[in-house]
Amino acid sequence: MKTSLDRLTERAEAEGLLDVAYASVDSPFGPLLLAATPRGLVRVNLPNYDPEETLEELAAKVSPRVLEAPAKFERARRELDLYFDGKLTEFDLPIDWQLTHGFRGKVQRAIKRIPYGQTRTYTEMARSAGNERAVRAAGTACGSNPIPIVVPCHRVLRSGGGLGGYGGGLPMKEELLKLEGVL
Amino acid sequence: MPPFQTLLDDHAAEVMGVLRGAVGRGDAEDCFQETFLAALRAYPKLNDASNLRGWLLTIAHRKAIDHHRANGRKPVPMADPPEVSVDDPGPTDDGIWTAVGALPPKQRAAVALRYGSDLPHAEIAAALGCSPEAARRSLHEGIKRLRKELA
Repeated sequence: MKTSLDRLTERAEAEGLLDVAYASVDSPFGPLLLAATPRGLVRVNLPNYDPEETLEELAAKVSPRVLEAPAKFERARRELDLYFDGKLTEFDLPIDWQLTHGFRGKVQRAIKRIPYGQTRTYTEMARSAGNERAVRAAGTACGSNPIPIVVPCHRVLRSGGGLGGYGGGLPMKEELLKLEGVL
Repeated sequence: MPPFQTLLDDHAAEVMGVLRGAVGRGDAEDCFQETFLAALRAYPKLNDASNLRGWLLTIAHRKAIDHHRANGRKPVPMADPPEVSVDDPGPTDDGIWTAVGALPPKQRAAVALRYGSDLPHAEIAAALGCSPEAARRSLHEGIKRLRKELA
């Protein structure tokens, strides 16, 4: 039987009142928090960040109409499961880019186009975004990626071959690169 | 404003309890949906987050009053339909809430707000759209009647 809260979420969506839906999804690294607007996936919160803070940030930056709605994430959950099993190489999920702007936004869109199992350097990302000398800014753009994993910032490395950084911690970056057969 | 989900997590059970007292179990679910949809519609424009609970209970009571108006103030059935939901324990003493449900609308709302939701007189008055003095009077009359009924 449907609970009152399920019914409420459905009616809110039907009336265009579900501005930000979210759900927790299991991963080999711990729970991921996914958030989506009617336009698409807007935020992925990695396990080492507090999901409550991320929800507050979404309420402030996108809309306070934030509701838990696991049913909205069946496809994302399925694709992530397959990806972590090494059986999916490209996410086919609509993305809402509203949390990224300017040069960072350009870098993050360029990151989305890096194919599975390949890597780029921060310098190359700066060049793809139209400013080869803005290497440091490209690094910041990777670090502030609101949609990690699906926008694969783990595929961006240092020019010398070093791993660089990762919001979810370097061991996670290493594991993802191993999964994709890079390391 | 906090994410709307926190309002549901913190206050949904209480709003449901108050609505059961105010309109009976059979109609509480509809009023519950209307209450939270109205809150969701208004939420982005709300500029004071200091008393979200009072705000929600105020909306719940307007919805309960709307419900009674729509029903032409026909008497609330004394025996409620059997409960099917198992996820919400609700108020513990059904006998009292059935009696509360049978009070005239203002008295019922005043009693439910005071004892179901623990609201002060000023907020009960705000919820009912009357003066604090009138709210106190409704509450007093309601309790007097309950004492007589349950004696």
